[in-house]
Amino acid sequence: MPGQLEFERPIEELTKKLDEVRAFMRQHGIDLSQEVARLEAELEQVRARVYGELTPWQRVQIARQPGRPTTLDYIRGLCSEFIELHGDRNFRDDPAVIGGIGLADGRPVTVIGTQKGRDTKENVYRNFGMAHPEGYRKALRLMKQAEKFGRPVVLFIDTAGAYPGMSAEERGQSEAIARNLLEMAGLRVPTVSFVTGEGGSGGALGLGLTDRIYVLEYAWYSVIAPESAAAILWKDSTQGPRAAELMRIGARDLVELGVADGMIREPVGGAQKNPQEMVARVAEQALSALRELAQKPLEQLLAERYDKYRQMGIYSES
Amino acid sequence: MLKDLFYKKRHRYATVAQTNRRPRPEIPDEVPPRDVPKGLVEKCKGCGALLMARELQKHAYTCPHCNYHFPIGGPERLEMLLDEGSFEEFDAALSSEDPLGFPGYREKVEKAQQATNLAEGVVTGAGRIDGQALVVGVMDSRFIMGSMGSAVGEKLTRAMEAALARQCPMVLFTASGGARMQEGILSLMQMAKTSAAVNRMHEAGILYVSVITHPTTGGVSASFASVGDIILAEPGALFGFAGRRVIEQTIRQKLPDDFQTAEFMLQHGMIDKVVHRKQMRDTLATILRIHAARGWQDAGATGV
Ligand SMILES: [Zn+2]
Repeated sequence: MPGQLEFERPIEELTKKLDEVRAFMRQHGIDLSQEVARLEAELEQVRARVYGELTPWQRVQIARQPGRPTTLDYIRGLCSEFIELHGDRNFRDDPAVIGGIGLADGRPVTVIGTQKGRDTKENVYRNFGMAHPEGYRKALRLMKQAEKFGRPVVLFIDTAGAYPGMSAEERGQSEAIARNLLEMAGLRVPTVSFVTGEGGSGGALGLGLTDRIYVLEYAWYSVIAPESAAAILWKDSTQGPRAAELMRIGARDLVELGVADGMIREPVGGAQKNPQEMVARVAEQALSALRELAQKPLEQLLAERYDKYRQMGIYSES
Repeated sequence: MLKDLFYKKRHRYATVAQTNRRPRPEIPDEVPPRDVPKGLVEKCKGCGALLMARELQKHAYTCPHCNYHFPIGGPERLEMLLDEGSFEEFDAALSSEDPLGFPGYREKVEKAQQATNLAEGVVTGAGRIDGQALVVGVMDSRFIMGSMGSAVGEKLTRAMEAALARQCPMVLFTASGGARMQEGILSLMQMAKTSAAVNRMHEAGILYVSVITHPTTGGVSASFASVGDIILAEPGALFGFAGRRVIEQTIRQKLPDDFQTAEFMLQHGMIDKVVHRKQMRDTLATILRIHAARGWQDAGATGV
């Protein structure tokens, strides 16, 4: 099976066996329904065990699975009408970031997100969802446009990080992310972000300083990718699993640390097992957050946003 | 060593010389106006196919084989864009003076008026798309290359002020070689005047969509054409500041074939979307609909 992970092998084997028994039954007209029922029950148990005891590293692997919904899928789920808009009006249109305007539940929204490719060719075009400065600047342009017209902004984040390359440095990757943080802190419309897969450091935060942050169950969001942390801390990038354990990068951790406002449950085994269901759950959460935030007077919205980030950090004083 | 010195000298000389004779890019230069189809049979400039007039009209004056977009005049554009009978023209009689007493200018304007049956190079007014009110302007490249003098600047500014007064969106189809040199500095100042009006619209939260059609260059691309909240463009439309020949002379390099086309500018971040003429009305209707939709205030909080 494509995109099957090592720890999912017991599930895969049982599924295969079940299929074989069913095919045998059909071919030979023998009633094996008892055996089928027994295997089905066993499969459920194995599934519950495997997915119930996922390690942080296994979650990271699920978050990186191909076949998970991408930003474009979430946009299709959220918006009945959508027009993609392009360009930073400065240097280039960055295909790693997409954005545009649409109607969600009949009301106007601006939607922006990092975009990974579905296959190698598209991934090369999308730069694996790693944005250049012009991607962040496009996002900012669309956010300021949303502010002008008073429509809220929904952001989808799934990126290993901002692109670490020469071209990106020359054009001011730091400035682009910094500018977004500054502007998003004061944006005069409600903002809601979703970490749908990978939340790679500043590259993720550059689209994620928002009134509400929701993290998908198996998504991760971290100051640095676990392998990179391992490479720096222990000079050994194969120790990613250890770093993933220690750094508290999963959805539940993020909620406990006060970084995320909520976790969105994924279908059994992850979003890629049932993309439609995942998209529907995210759209529902987006709509409910937008409805809730729209009730707040602007000054209150901005004050609460300030307080939200003001309170982040744990320290002692004596 | 000697060789180096010589080279440097030559180089410096070349630079100075170029600066001296660099044409002012805001003045229309080498963009050839495309002919508006008028005969029974037209030859496509894109692929050479022969097209019947009726066929052309059916395809919104685009080539069904290669998608080449034939230039069209303001009236044709408005007809395919707006709801039937919804157009109410502004300032139809406003036309140019000859502020500098520029030789031949009056005759040139008169000739353009006769050829186009228009008083000036832009048609403005109010209308509806899919029932939604807007103020619209269409520049006409047949009228002295769609260049902008005082009359064009004034008509555009008044249209923007009308959008402000009516609190409705402004959609502007641009086609221009730039500022009109026969009106000198006054034509340059139309860039400033129209930009001030765009700023007023911006401050008031009025939606402004500019639609780039072939060609949009010089002073028009360097003012209101480039600052729409949303910038659409027709396929293949030329959109840039300086003309190809000027740039090639300056940098002494051949430019790529698609240089400054709408598609090129899209890749370079300057345009939101390239839209086929046949989809233009629907695309604009959707944009207007999204901007007219009621907000979230009364959506009601369900979950917390
Ligand atoms: Zn053709």
